[in-house]
Amino acid sequence: MLKDRKLVLLDDGRRNLLAGVAQLKRILDGEEGSFSAEQYIHLYTAIYDMCTQASPHLYSQQLYELYKEVFDDHNRSTVLPSLMEKHGEFLLREFVQSWEKHKLMAKWLNRFFNYMDRFYVPQKRLDPLEEVGRKSFVELVFDKLKSRVTSMVIGVIDDEREGQLIDRALLKNVLQVYVEVGGTSIDFYNVDFEQPFLKGTADYYSKKAQTWNFDKTCPEYMIKAEECIQKEKERAASYLHSTTEPKLFEDALFELIIRHEEEIMNNENYGCRVLLCEEKTDDLARMFRLFSVVKDGVLPISRIFQEHVNKEGMSLLKHATDAASREKDEKEIVGLLEQGFVKNAIELHDKYIACITNCFQDKTVFHKAFEVFCNKDIAGCSSAELFAAYCDTIIRKGGSEKLSDEAVEEALDKVVKLLSYINDKDLFGEFYRKKLGKRLLFERNRNDEHEKMVLSKLKRFFGAVFTSKMEGMINDIALSKEHQSDFEEYISNNSELKSPVYLNVTVMTSGHWPNFKNYDINLPSDMVKYVEIFKVYYHSYKKQRKLTWIYSLGSCIVIGRFDAKPVELFLNTYQSALLLLFNEADRLSYSEIVTQLKLSDDDAVRVLHSLSCAKYKILNKEPSNISISPNDVFEFNSGFTPRSRRIKVPVPPAEEKKRVVEAVHKDRKCAIDASIVRIMKSRKVMSHQHLVSECLEQLNRTFKPDITAIKRSIESLIQKEYLRRDSETANTYRYVA
Amino acid sequence: MRRSSKKSSSSAAAATTGPSRGVSKEMDRIEQLFYTYADRSSGMIDPEGIETLCSHLEVPHTDVRILMLAWKMRCEKQGYFTLDEWRSGLKALRADSISKLKKAFPELVQEVTRPSNFQDFYPYAFRYCLTEDKKKCIEIPVACELLNLVLGLQFCPQVKNLINYLKYQNEYKVINMDQWMGFLRFCNEINFPSLDNYDSDLAWPLILDNFVEWLRENKS
Repeated sequence: MLKDRKLVLLDDGRRNLLAGVAQLKRILDGEEGSFSAEQYIHLYTAIYDMCTQASPHLYSQQLYELYKEVFDDHNRSTVLPSLMEKHGEFLLREFVQSWEKHKLMAKWLNRFFNYMDRFYVPQKRLDPLEEVGRKSFVELVFDKLKSRVTSMVIGVIDDEREGQLIDRALLKNVLQVYVEVGGTSIDFYNVDFEQPFLKGTADYYSKKAQTWNFDKTCPEYMIKAEECIQKEKERAASYLHSTTEPKLFEDALFELIIRHEEEIMNNENYGCRVLLCEEKTDDLARMFRLFSVVKDGVLPISRIFQEHVNKEGMSLLKHATDAASREKDEKEIVGLLEQGFVKNAIELHDKYIACITNCFQDKTVFHKAFEVFCNKDIAGCSSAELFAAYCDTIIRKGGSEKLSDEAVEEALDKVVKLLSYINDKDLFGEFYRKKLGKRLLFERNRNDEHEKMVLSKLKRFFGAVFTSKMEGMINDIALSKEHQSDFEEYISNNSELKSPVYLNVTVMTSGHWPNFKNYDINLPSDMVKYVEIFKVYYHSYKKQRKLTWIYSLGSCIVIGRFDAKPVELFLNTYQSALLLLFNEADRLSYSEIVTQLKLSDDDAVRVLHSLSCAKYKILNKEPSNISISPNDVFEFNSGFTPRSRRIKVPVPPAEEKKRVVEAVHKDRKCAIDASIVRIMKSRKVMSHQHLVSECLEQLNRTFKPDITAIKRSIESLIQKEYLRRDSETANTYRYVA
Repeated sequence: MRRSSKKSSSSAAAATTGPSRGVSKEMDRIEQLFYTYADRSSGMIDPEGIETLCSHLEVPHTDVRILMLAWKMRCEKQGYFTLDEWRSGLKALRADSISKLKKAFPELVQEVTRPSNFQDFYPYAFRYCLTEDKKKCIEIPVACELLNLVLGLQFCPQVKNLINYLKYQNEYKVINMDQWMGFLRFCNEINFPSLDNYDSDLAWPLILDNFVEWLRENKS
C-alpha cells in the first residue's frame, strides 16, 4: 500500500492545508457551506501521509508547528483586532462569539489532524492539539482582554444591583468562557474574574452599609440586608459559577452584617437587648437568620439573650426573697415562695421558650439561659424544694376540685419542663416523695389519677428509677385499702374482737417510703388491744413480714365530752394518747405526762403546745404563758366551747428540711462511688480526666456532681483498694479485681 | 504477717558450708554484736537497745540514718531489730563492728538517696511508722515529723510549707499511703515556689489541691 502512495512534499502539503483552513474560516463565518466528504478525506489523508511517510519526508513535527501557527495567526490577525475595536455590550458579545468560533475551528482541525493527535503527540509527550489551540487563544486573545471584560461584567452586575435590568444570559455565557478557557482548571475564572468580582462586591456593600447606617434604623437595615443577600444568592444561581455562590454569600454577609455586628447587636435603640424587651419577634428572627450563617455567629445573640433572661429571673428571685424576708413563719415562707417564685418562673419560661422557638429556631444553646436562676437558693430554700412544694399545691387543689383536670395537667406539664434545668434533680425527687407521702396518708380529697399522671411525666423525663419508689407508695396505699376491708370482715366475724374503737391500718413497704422518725410511745390500753389484733391478723397471712408501727403518722377522732357539748376532735395519735390520760386524772404535770407516755421532750413540747397554747385550748396550762416548760401542770378544760362540733387540732411538723438535704447528700456519695466502680470495672484502665467526665455524664440525669466530691470518692476507693494508681502512667487508674 | 519474732540459737548459724572462714568469722562477730544490744528474754534488740546502739554510733536515735539502717535491714517492726534482720543488714554493709558500721553510714546515705532506691525507701518509711497491724494511716503530727526526716534535706521549702499546712488544716486527721506517695510526686514534679505546672484537674490527691490553693491564697 505504501508503495502506491504518492509522496506529499512539505510545501505542497502546507499549501493544501492552509487552503483548507481558509475554507474552514469562510465556513465558520457563514460564507460557505460545509466541507464535502471528498474535501474532508483529502485533507485528512494529506496529513496522514505526511505523518507516516518515511524519513526524510516525515513531517509530523512541522505539522505540529503548523497547527500552532494557524491558531496564532488567526488569533493575532483576525480575532484580537476585531475585539479591540468593540465596546460595551458588543465587546461582550463578540467575546463570547470568538470563543465559540474557536471551539468550532479546533473541532474541525482536530478531525483533520486526528492521526497526529493520536500517535505523534502522545509519543513525543507533547500537548494535545486541543491544548495547543486553547493556549493560543489564551495568550493572544483572552489575556489581552480579560481585564476589560472583567471590569465590564462587574459594572453590569453593579447596574443590576442598582435595579437595572441586564442580559443575564450574556453574562452567563461570558463567564462560561472564563471557565472553559482554563481547560481542566477554573483558575482563570477564579483569578481573573472571581477575585476581582468578590473584591468589588465587598467594596460595593461596604459603601452601601455606610450609607444605610446613617439613613436607616437597625431593623430596617437588617431587612434591607437580608433582601440584598437573597438577591446575591439568586444572582449566583442564575449566572455565576456554582463555586462562587458560597463565597459571594459570605462576603456580602460579612460586609453588610458581620462587620457591623457590634453596632447591630448593641445598638441602644434597636440592638438585640431592646428587641428582646420589646418582643419584636420578626426582627429577632431576622437577626438570628443573618448571623447563623457564620460559624458561632449566634453566640453573641445567645449571650445577650442569656443575660436578659437571667436578669429577669434574678429580679423575680429578689422579689420573692424580699417578700419572704417579711414573713417569720417558716411554713408560710415556703408557701409564699412557691407561689411567688415558681409561678412567675414558669411564666417567664413560657414567654422565653416561645421566643426561642419562634426567633431562634429552637437552638439548644439558648435553653441554657434558664439554668442559672433556676438553680439559685431563695431565702434558705433550694429551688428543688420550691418546685416540689408547688407541685404539691397544685395536686391538692386538683384534689379539692379548685382546679380542673386540664388545668392541673397543664400546670404540672410546665413545672416538669422547668425541672430539666435543675441540677439537683435528686433533691427534688426526695422533697416530692416526702410530700407525696403526706398526701397519700393524710389528704382526704385524693385524686389518684392526678398522682399517676404526674408520675408518668416524671418518669418520661427522668427515667423509671426516679419514680419507682413513688409508684410503690401509691401501690401500697391501694393494697392497704383492700386489706382494710378484709380486716374489717375479719373483726366482724369474731364477736369477741368487737370494740368501740375502729382501727384503720395502712401498711407501707419501708423501701418505698421516706424515712420517718419514730418513737414508740405508750398507747392507751384500748389502742394497744387493737394493735395486737391487727398484728395477729396480718401475720396470719404474711408470716415473714416485720411490722414497725409509726404512731407519729397516725390520726384519731376523739370525742371530747365538754360541759357545753360533745365535740369531735381530729387529732394525731400522740395528741389522742395524751388526752386519753385525762380520762384517769384531771390534772397532770409535764413530767407525769412524759413518763406515762414515754414521749421525747421535743415531741412533748409540740403536742402540749398544740393542745394548750394554740387556737383551741383543750387543756388549761399553769402558768398560762405560751411556752411549755418542764414545770407546767395541765388540766382538762371542761369549759371549752368551740363554735363547731368538729374541730381539727393541728400539730406543727418537726424540722425536716435539713434531714432531707442530708439524706440526699449521703445518697449522692454512694451514687458517685457506685458510678466510679461501674466505669472502672468495664474499662479496667482509665485516665483521671476521662473517669471524671464519664462519671459526670452518667450522673447528670440525677444531679450535677461536684468535681471535688468525685475526687474524694476516688481517693476513698483507692483506700478501700477498689482502684489503684497506675505505677507507670501518671494520672491513670487501674481497676483492682 | 508483720511480726517475725524468732528465737534463734547462736551457734547454728556458724556452721556455714563452703565459703571461707573469714566470712563465718564475720557472721560470728555480727551475731555477737547483736547480742550486746539484744534483750535477753525477747531475743530482739528493743527500743532501749537501739538507743544504746545509737549512742555508741554517735547518731541521735531520731536521725534519718537509723531509719535508713532499718530499711537496709528490711525491719518490719518499728523500734525492734531481729537477729535475721540484723544479720542481713550488717552483712550487706560489710560491718561487723561499731566503728565499721559508723563508717558505712555515708555510703548508706548515698545508696538510699539514689532515685531508684529512694522510691522504695520512701514508702518503707511510711509503713515503718504504722504502729498497729491493721492501721493504714499515720497521724498528722507523726507525718509531719516523718516528712521532715525523709524529705527535709532534699526539698526544704516544700516540706516546710507542707508541714505548716498540715498543721493548719483540720479536714484530714490522718495521712494514708496514697497521700504520702503524692507528697513525693509533688516535690519531684511541681515547680516550687511558682507552682505554675500544678493542675488540679489531674489526679493529684485532694489534700494537695487544698494545699496548693492555700499557698496561692497566702501568697497574694
